[in-house]
Amino acid sequence: MPNMDPKKNPMPTQSPGVRAHNFEEVALGYSPDTALQEAARCLNCKNMPCVAGCPVNVQIPQFIQKVKEGDFEGAYQIISESSSLPAVCGRVCPQENQCERKCVRGIKGEPVGIGRLERFVADWHNDHNPDSVSPVESNGHRVAVVGSGPSGLACAGDLAKKGYEVTVFEALHVPGGVLVYGIPEFRLPKQIVRKEVETLKKLGVKIETNVVIGKTLTVDELFEMGYEAVFIGSGAGLPRFMGIPGESLKGVYSANEYLTRSNLMKAYRSDSATPIQSAKRVAVVGGGNVAMDAARTALRLGAEKVYIVYRRSMDELPARKEEVEHAMEEGIEFRLLCNPNEVLGYFNPDDKRDPKNGTVIGLRCVRMELGEEDSTGRRSAVEIPDSQFDLDVDCVIMSIGTSPNPLIKSTTDGLKVNQKGGIVVDERGLTSRPNVYAGGDAVTGAATVILAMGAGKTAAKAIDEALT
Amino acid sequence: MSYRIVNKKPLNSFVTMMDIEAPLVAKKAQPGQFIILRVDDDGERIPLTVAGYDREAGTVRIIFQIVGATTAALNRKNSGDFISDFVGPLGNATDLEGRKKVCIVGGGVGCAIALPVAQKLHEMGCEVHSIIGFRNRELVILEKEFSEASAKLTLMTDDGSAGRKGLVTEPLKEALESRENYDEVIAIGPLVMMKFVVATTRPFGVKTTVSMNPIMIDGTGMCGGCRLTVGGKTKFACVDGPDFDGFEVDFEEAMNRSNIYSDFERHAYEKDCNLFRKEVE
Repeated sequence: MPNMDPKKNPMPTQSPGVRAHNFEEVALGYSPDTALQEAARCLNCKNMPCVAGCPVNVQIPQFIQKVKEGDFEGAYQIISESSSLPAVCGRVCPQENQCERKCVRGIKGEPVGIGRLERFVADWHNDHNPDSVSPVESNGHRVAVVGSGPSGLACAGDLAKKGYEVTVFEALHVPGGVLVYGIPEFRLPKQIVRKEVETLKKLGVKIETNVVIGKTLTVDELFEMGYEAVFIGSGAGLPRFMGIPGESLKGVYSANEYLTRSNLMKAYRSDSATPIQSAKRVAVVGGGNVAMDAARTALRLGAEKVYIVYRRSMDELPARKEEVEHAMEEGIEFRLLCNPNEVLGYFNPDDKRDPKNGTVIGLRCVRMELGEEDSTGRRSAVEIPDSQFDLDVDCVIMSIGTSPNPLIKSTTDGLKVNQKGGIVVDERGLTSRPNVYAGGDAVTGAATVILAMGAGKTAAKAIDEALT
Repeated sequence: MSYRIVNKKPLNSFVTMMDIEAPLVAKKAQPGQFIILRVDDDGERIPLTVAGYDREAGTVRIIFQIVGATTAALNRKNSGDFISDFVGPLGNATDLEGRKKVCIVGGGVGCAIALPVAQKLHEMGCEVHSIIGFRNRELVILEKEFSEASAKLTLMTDDGSAGRKGLVTEPLKEALESRENYDEVIAIGPLVMMKFVVATTRPFGVKTTVSMNPIMIDGTGMCGGCRLTVGGKTKFACVDGPDFDGFEVDFEEAMNRSNIYSDFERHAYEKDCNLFRKEVE
């Protein structure tokens, strides 16, 4: 008999008052008992609507069936047929817009906690069955992967399992891409990313850090070096700014810089060599996952007050639901239907050498209301006249998206990009250049880990078909 | 991965030269480009402009001033030691095509970056006039190398203890007034020096290029920390620069942004090493 409780088993978490001051993981994960109870809520629908909602088509009812049977390792094996990074996806996928949105149980209650079960299964596997993977016999074909974020790791993993000799080139000093520099420790422990990377290495994947494709080596040189195909998963690029006055004041960060300082460079630790401003009052502009990450990081770095400033309403907020809930529980204040028009700075007219000169002292905003739907189907935000007000803050973090990185397109002849600068690919991930594939944010602009992973897998399949 | 220091030579008490084994970087590096290094695990990423390269030996030359904890840690390494990370070449090479006569203005440790530009121009058959400035005789570096690459070299010190007494802008102004028809003036040094070089050349309308060296983390166009305003637009030194049209750069803003972490740097540095005092060019 299925468990007909209309609610999901709650995810145990660190209490908001405690976790707002540490960088340890917020969500603690299901126990085996809770996992069994949650799995029992699955009706095992014949038409599997949830699978259609998953960008990589994890066989969800099948893995949940194994959980029901207490065969957690069996469940892991089913997930890993489709997903390269289950412990990551169980934590960072926007399940409410994907698998769980399609779940029949969601019609009259809450859907099955598919993401929570995926995470449980992946963690259980990692704790109990350290991977005994070993390199597959080489098929003699060499493939280069540019970038070690979710799309690159997924592509490399799938190809390595088929016997390809894969080298991943990473620009930074550690592999993992956005999983390492972007997503904070409290949402995705770096230990998990390291383990995924180690697994790939055991499969025979080589990882070359400190190589910037487009600078250190070009795509054409990779072919000269004997690689037969190249997958570009170089990720999103330059942070966008609003173009309002005051954005270059001291105390204005892009979310990328703020998170990179804290996550990649460990600026949250007191012994870090990399500095970060210890702001008391912070405004984060934007409403995506990155904005939530930046806001919650600011809180953990000691801010007393953190605002999210977003120009639309709660319904349009693009962040993952759980992140918004966690942020609210932690005391982050949402200033919705607000849009900044100036960052206010301090200038002492009597002392040009005052060290506070040029620092942020506020964020001037206007109130917004929702107007007509625009071409994307979202309601546009329209300024309300004479509604200006100032937020008293000493740090502003811009989290309004990125535009593609120019390094690869400017050094690769014949690589077509779209108007926004994203690399143009067909449904297999093939670019306008033969044997050059691309996927992830470099193609789509800022999107999700799972979509990037899906694109890496699609390209791996296409590369395999093209080379053998 | 780690990178071997194959040669280390102090140029004065505050400035050190190193050749680092990094064949991929050495193969591609051009004057005007930069690299990012980390001395050890958990170290900070710092950008340094390429001061030279030996493509055959596979080494890249860096010349750095000991100003903070990271440069002090780097200076404690010796020939044969390794550093954790060394990535590049980043940024765009200085555009030198077709120049017939160029004035290179270098200030302090900025001269280390200006030298390969002067050398490359010299090799290309361009007439190079160099003006290099330092605080005093003890801090003078690369005088011989500059003189070899220049048709005319003017050495300036603030106190007159070597060369001529005064600022680099003085001989520059004299040259412009005596109608030296420079195709371009290339200024590399402290922000304040570059600002005054631009103020000197602007009335003469001589194309003036400056090399910006703002705070950076990744150096590949991801973090946005190195942004500056050029011609009213936000630019990123790492992918759009580091060379920019001096007439267009907002120097006040760049100077303001350059000291964001000066408190942190000072604390880290003093904690790390009490032997040196920060030496501003």
